[in-house]
Amino acid sequence: MAQMVESKHQWKAWLYLSPAIILLLVFTVWPIFNTVRMSLLENYSGLKAAGGATFQFGIGNFQKVLQYKKFLACLRNTFLICVLTVPISTILALLISVALNSIKALQKVLQTIFFLPYVTNSIAIGMVFAAMFNIVGSFYGTENEIIVTAGIINNIIQFFGGKPVNWINYGSTYTANLTVMVVYIVWNALPFKILVLLGGLQSINKQYYDAARVDGTSRRRIFTKITVPLLSPIIAYVVITGFIGGFKEYTSIVGIFGETMGPADDAGRLNTMVGFIYDALTTNSQGRASAAALILFAIIMVVTLINLQVSKKRVHY
Amino acid sequence: MAENLVIMHEKNMQEETSRQKVMAVVVKVLVYVFVLTMASFVLFPFYWMINSSLKTLDEYRRSVPTFWPHVVMVRNYAEAFSTANLGTLFINTMIVGLSSTLLSLVITVLSAFAFARLEFKGKDLLFAALLATMMIPGELFTITNYSTVTTFGWINTYTVLIVPFLVSVFYIYLLRQNFLQIPNELYLAAKVDGTSDLKYLWKVMIPLSLPTLISITILKMMGAWNSYIWPRLVANDEKHRLITNGLRNAFTETTGDVNYPVQMAAVALVSAPLFLVFIFLRKYIMKGVSRSGIKG
Repeated sequence: MAQMVESKHQWKAWLYLSPAIILLLVFTVWPIFNTVRMSLLENYSGLKAAGGATFQFGIGNFQKVLQYKKFLACLRNTFLICVLTVPISTILALLISVALNSIKALQKVLQTIFFLPYVTNSIAIGMVFAAMFNIVGSFYGTENEIIVTAGIINNIIQFFGGKPVNWINYGSTYTANLTVMVVYIVWNALPFKILVLLGGLQSINKQYYDAARVDGTSRRRIFTKITVPLLSPIIAYVVITGFIGGFKEYTSIVGIFGETMGPADDAGRLNTMVGFIYDALTTNSQGRASAAALILFAIIMVVTLINLQVSKKRVHY
Repeated sequence: MAENLVIMHEKNMQEETSRQKVMAVVVKVLVYVFVLTMASFVLFPFYWMINSSLKTLDEYRRSVPTFWPHVVMVRNYAEAFSTANLGTLFINTMIVGLSSTLLSLVITVLSAFAFARLEFKGKDLLFAALLATMMIPGELFTITNYSTVTTFGWINTYTVLIVPFLVSVFYIYLLRQNFLQIPNELYLAAKVDGTSDLKYLWKVMIPLSLPTLISITILKMMGAWNSYIWPRLVANDEKHRLITNGLRNAFTETTGDVNYPVQMAAVALVSAPLFLVFIFLRKYIMKGVSRSGIKG
């Protein structure tokens, strides 16, 4: 009897799971195998494969991708974005959360304001940032061209006595471009980090702070010796997800620079790993796209493992 | 002498406490200054978007910027709506968003129920395997999925925008955790009464886990609204184009001499529904997001 009920249940469980399993087999499991397969077939192209071409087995795709200057540039852009945005946004988010946690008036309102950038469309708000950094009238960069509007950011810089900067227009520098991207990505990354860190802060036992107050501990000591250590698992979580997000950065650059992924005179200058994969895909070089995707996966794995290793030493549970 | 000492000591104490009080006030003021400054940095792009969207092109291009529109151009919004063809884009996005959310909810609920309440061989192994796929970046799947949907003949259809992303392992995981919190006794009691699984699911489990289901619904809808890469790849035709792509396509130039007021009006129109949802369902969004760590 019990046996019957159990086997009936088994049958039912698989029935309930069947839609999920079928879709996962087609769109998740098969792609894992197929991507590895394509990456190991020399110069694999979907178009040529459909025409009946056969491809040799080998690691040529990986070698070619790694020698490709454009790929190395994408790798550099992605790394720089990660290395710059993750620490800046984490530290800012930590300071904001600690500040928010210490106040009573306006706390809820401010919390909502700080979450607002999360519920936006990265492409749409990227266009707003582009407008703010843009110089109207210097599109072609010729000498006698009249600059009509310097853009609000340059207006503000001039107001404080600085010189206007060509941020994203024709002839702008890589450093200027990268600065704009870092500002936008940090702005975009803050809400999630603040939400999670503030949640963590609010769950810290108040007794630790009471004890410190009785002992007359200074604020800075409380922050470095109580808050940060007790919050460390959450800081580690925020840093890891930040790196993963950073390595997959793509749409925020499309938001600011459009599909050219760079200023008008140097298209593709700010392209990222994900951008490289899609470019290879749309030109039917699936072999190379797969190799690049697997390299991206490997980098994410390694960075996550390093982060976990570091936090194992530093994190206090 | 001793009396004097005591008095002096008390005086010191008073000075100490009053100094501490002053320090506390100073710190409080600094904290507020910091938080309010950061908040204004966060809000500035939104303000600038709305401010710019209501200006005439001439006013926008003035070398000295104006901080509120002198002539309010509501017409920019009408122009943005027709230039970007926002009506069609909106309907397309709603079709894709609603149908993928609905189907995804059904699949998620059934799977989560199986993992939380039913016993079958290999359950733990299967669940672990599902969780493992979450580590792999989506781009890795896209390359093959692009070929797959081409073979299926799905390019430029609604199907291609809906079907490949119906299963989210993370949502299954989230709902399973929620289902597990519902005491098993309820299920066994329902079994004794002869209630069917589906009826139990519908009458007990779904109402009890409604907050999670609402979070999933909102995040899924926001995902459709913000999706860009996949739709651009597989359904970038006039008939099926989604809103983010449509916006990007309608305004390809971001730098140089652009009609920014109209462009900003379009951006504001695309952002507005997200803000409305946020205002009314803030609790669910923040709850869902704090557990997911993924955007959209």
